[in-house]
Amino acid sequence: MKSYKADVLVIGAGAAGLAAAIEVKKAGLKVLIIERDKELGGITLQCIHNGFGLKEFEEELTGPEYAQRFINQVLDLKIPYILDTMVIEITRDKKIYAVNNKEGLIEVSAKAIILAMGCREKTRGAINIPGFRPAGIYTAGQAQRFVNIEGYLPGNTYVILGSGDIGMIMARRLTWEGCTVKAVVEIQPYVSGLLRNQVQCLEDYDIPLITSYTVTKIHGRDRIQGVSIAKVSKDYDRIIGSERFIECDTLLLSVGLIPENELTLQAGATLSNNGGPLVDNNLETTIEGIFACGNVLQVHDLVDMVTSEAKRAGKNVVDYIQNRYDKPIKKEEKIKCVAGENINYLKPNNVNKSDIDSKIIFNFRVTYPDRRVIIQFRDENNKVIFKRKKVYVIPSEMVELEVNLKEIGVETTIKEIRIEIIPRPEVLIEED
Amino acid sequence: MKGISEISTVKVIRCIVCPTGCEIKAIKDPNNTITFEGYTCKRGLEYAEQEFYEPKRILTTTIRVENGFIPLIPVRTDKPILKDKLNETLMIIAQTVVDAPIKMGDILIKNVLNSGANIIASRDLGKV
Repeated sequence: MKSYKADVLVIGAGAAGLAAAIEVKKAGLKVLIIERDKELGGITLQCIHNGFGLKEFEEELTGPEYAQRFINQVLDLKIPYILDTMVIEITRDKKIYAVNNKEGLIEVSAKAIILAMGCREKTRGAINIPGFRPAGIYTAGQAQRFVNIEGYLPGNTYVILGSGDIGMIMARRLTWEGCTVKAVVEIQPYVSGLLRNQVQCLEDYDIPLITSYTVTKIHGRDRIQGVSIAKVSKDYDRIIGSERFIECDTLLLSVGLIPENELTLQAGATLSNNGGPLVDNNLETTIEGIFACGNVLQVHDLVDMVTSEAKRAGKNVVDYIQNRYDKPIKKEEKIKCVAGENINYLKPNNVNKSDIDSKIIFNFRVTYPDRRVIIQFRDENNKVIFKRKKVYVIPSEMVELEVNLKEIGVETTIKEIRIEIIPRPEVLIEED
Repeated sequence: MKGISEISTVKVIRCIVCPTGCEIKAIKDPNNTITFEGYTCKRGLEYAEQEFYEPKRILTTTIRVENGFIPLIPVRTDKPILKDKLNETLMIIAQTVVDAPIKMGDILIKNVLNSGANIIASRDLGKV
């Protein structure tokens, strides 16, 4: 069995993996990237639309352009990478086993591992649509790969379930390729992607957006012939009698993304409620020396945010190797971070007490939209320790907060930080 | 007889500058002058004016490639083009085939439809 050795192994060569590897290499450490696709770049390669890079490069790029800039850096820095290779196991002592069709089974030993496997799309199975199992049902990202990279059209007449950004962007893309998109159907009462995409991908082409509806049946035995959609109540129950039929030969599902963490679990790390690993403020998982960044940790709205998180992970891994690796384990005391009212999930899941005098980046998503709110931190005794106003919060926009806990008066005796979103009292409203 | 002068909304534009999503109305007065109503910031007004008089978009699509590592090269216009010309531009792109190797930024179609915009490659693409 062929074996490789590196200071840091990066799993995944998408936006997160590339940025993290570059950061580690720049610090002079030996880094190796393993990627399962046949080229570097990850999912941004198939996101051929523009809108990327406004934060990272302060200009508007397409997905492939964004990826290319990082690929070029990887090549310039001569960072070694192995393509067409699937990591199949991470053991608890950080040995990694992978397979490819040239070398067979390979073994990698590394001092630290960066998990950057990204996320995957929810499928029909995840949302339980009854009916037969005919051909013509795809996830939106899968269709995107067919259309933008492989050069195939999955069908002619489409219904898209879910108004996430990929779904809406695919609606426009397919229209441009001469296909008909009959409707975008959204179970929630509001669009789940960005307004910009609703206007420029749907309204520009008169594609109906049907909210508070969902697909209740798939018709057709060999090839899908249409779908039934029905209105749903506030509790997302189907309203009997509201069904109607839409003829189509293809159904695209754009119903959410889940961090891809089979390897993480295998390594023995604990996952949190968002499907990503539980991490501290250094993005280190519950297994020492294994770090996570990008969509494997939490699904981001913008690739630019993946990049900045990955750079942070890269820096922290360098710090780990230079200052902690091979030294006796210091039992870190931690402050637990807990999701309170209207917080769907948050990162990090705990903060090292030794880091309270540094900038901690908190990320979270809300459960429901709200306007004129206060983001509030409380300690385990319900004492409010931090407050910040915000004009609006919506589930589709991740919130990022940078806080130095010591500066806001947090003492090392604190055990827990509960983050919550509460309505703003009337008196504060005028200050907007 | 034109007895009553009319004020009418000729177009409703949903602003995409920020997530507030103001509905901006383009209103025509009896002298055919257009004014805008409903915007809440300067950028919103600028957006509405552009959308009303000359809506433009960056076009992003793919072109067929001969001998490429993959069969398509992702491309875009290097500046926004008129929204009305998107379909015609797509038809020209659909009839185009290019050869690998290609470098990001290479001009694959020059001054498409005399728009002043070029169609450029969004990535490097090697030969098979």
